[in-house]
Amino acid sequence: MSPDIIFAGVVNGLMAGGIYVLVATGLTLIYGVLHIINFAHGSLLMLAMYAVFFLFRPPLGLDPYLALPLVTAGAFLMGYVLYRGVIGRLSHGRDENILLITLGLSIVADNVALFLFTGDTQTIGVAYAGNYISLGPALVPLPKLISFGASMLICALLGLFMSQTDMGKAIRAVAKERQGARLVGIDVENIFAVSYGIGIACLGAAACLLMPFFYVSPSSGHVFVLIAFTTVVLGGMGSFGGALAGGLIIGVVESLAGLQFGEQLGQLGIPLVFILILLLRPTGLFGRQ
Amino acid sequence: MLEVRGLRAGYGQIEILRGIDMQVGAGEIVALLGSNGVGKSTLNNNICGLYRPFAGRILFEGEELTGARPEAIVARGLIQVPEGRRVFPNLSVRENLELGSYCRGKPHRAANLERVVTTFPRLRERLVQKAGTLSGGEQQMLAIGRGLMAEPKLLILDEPSLGLSPLLVEEMFALIQRLNAEGLAILLVEQNVVQSLAIAHRACVLEAGVLAMSGTAAGLAANTDLRRAYLGM
Ligand SMILES: Nc1ncnc2c1ncn2[C@@H]1O[C@H](COP(=O)(O)OP(=O)(O)OP(=O)(O)O)[C@@H](O)[C@H]1O
Ligand SMILES: [Mg+2]
Repeated sequence: MSPDIIFAGVVNGLMAGGIYVLVATGLTLIYGVLHIINFAHGSLLMLAMYAVFFLFRPPLGLDPYLALPLVTAGAFLMGYVLYRGVIGRLSHGRDENILLITLGLSIVADNVALFLFTGDTQTIGVAYAGNYISLGPALVPLPKLISFGASMLICALLGLFMSQTDMGKAIRAVAKERQGARLVGIDVENIFAVSYGIGIACLGAAACLLMPFFYVSPSSGHVFVLIAFTTVVLGGMGSFGGALAGGLIIGVVESLAGLQFGEQLGQLGIPLVFILILLLRPTGLFGRQ
Repeated sequence: MLEVRGLRAGYGQIEILRGIDMQVGAGEIVALLGSNGVGKSTLNNNICGLYRPFAGRILFEGEELTGARPEAIVARGLIQVPEGRRVFPNLSVRENLELGSYCRGKPHRAANLERVVTTFPRLRERLVQKAGTLSGGEQQMLAIGRGLMAEPKLLILDEPSLGLSPLLVEEMFALIQRLNAEGLAILLVEQNVVQSLAIAHRACVLEAGVLAMSGTAAGLAANTDLRRAYLGM
């Protein structure tokens, strides 16, 4: 491969990685605070993508980027209510229960989507979908560039929120020391719900950024969630920096492996790198020993 | 100020406290003594709303606290510095202190933080250090500092001298006396019976789920039963 092609592959991989980072950040946040893997992650992403799809269709005709604040806020609310109304209520404080509940939610959501929207794939045709921007020798579709930039911006804002606000500090405190948090007057159940809400809000934003160049079907969430799970494990469970590095690495590996071995065989690149890194660093790139 | 009436509490089916009657008055230091596993921390945690008592009442400044949520209790100014510190290991010292005023004392956060690091100069040097990497003694200072950030009216200290060197234990007791001299009421749970009785106004001894003895600290210090049971004298 020529250096130009490799450069283009890396750039396109990074662009794709932005979304992985966003989806994985939501997953890692929920893991870090609630100590559970949110099995409903993919299904909720899929529902958010349908929301973007229907907002775009007549009569509303809302552009996915304009819909972003709305869908993100809606997703937060949905996550918050889901935690308060279902997950927290049914879990009785037991982590393994939460795990099963999120799995159950995912099955319900998938089948409801299949029933309501059929299994057909749907896309939205935005006018700017065919626009390309050249970054040196690399040619990048405009929606992918936007999705990368916006993902990074959202992650940066989330980082600021977590480090600068009382709520963000409380979330980090609850992640490691629940009893201590209660003793300074933090409403731990509320923090759980807020964290779950933020995790799902990441999916809302990701859905808006994805839809201009991706399709939605009742199973399209799983594509990303498999990658997000890999990202979270790769980066170190519960680590924000790990989600960032892991998501970008996976995007690049996927892209380069696709160039070298073709789309189909290239898919093997991700699990291979995954296994390799875990062999060298069993706790993930950013995980504590 | 704090009044506990007929408190019964425990875990699941097991009753640890079988009817506790206790008071802490304004400006008082009350020492709560008792051997390991007798239920001192259980009492503290029920007072602070971490667990729901089986029966009995908890009143603070005349208001009912029984079954209240921990954040409501903190908001009233009843603050516990728990056994085992329970600082936030992944947060910096500064952030730990800031969260001390998460739900109370926020308007004076900056001034209170300055007061705390003046009281504990070692914390000032380590404001950006992660709390999890502090030494045990420093973590204990941080836990107390975090409690003070909430502008407590009554401070419950659960074994504040645990794991401290003899010199630091001395400092700790001096600090408790100083805080009390500034008007803070303190419920002190301690293994250091002699030193606790020396600074407390009143004391009570928890035994088999009830307060077996209570009275003035001086009276208990002279009590031969107590001396035999806890001091081996
Ligand atoms: N979360 C819990 N679940 C079940 N039992 C508990 C729990 N916490 C404490 N216990 C039990 O309750 C009893 C009283 O414990 P507690 O921690 O209140 O004792 P303590 O008087 O504070 O002891 P120490 O001086 O060692 O701190 C012990 O037998 C302990 O094993
Ligand atoms: Mg104890």
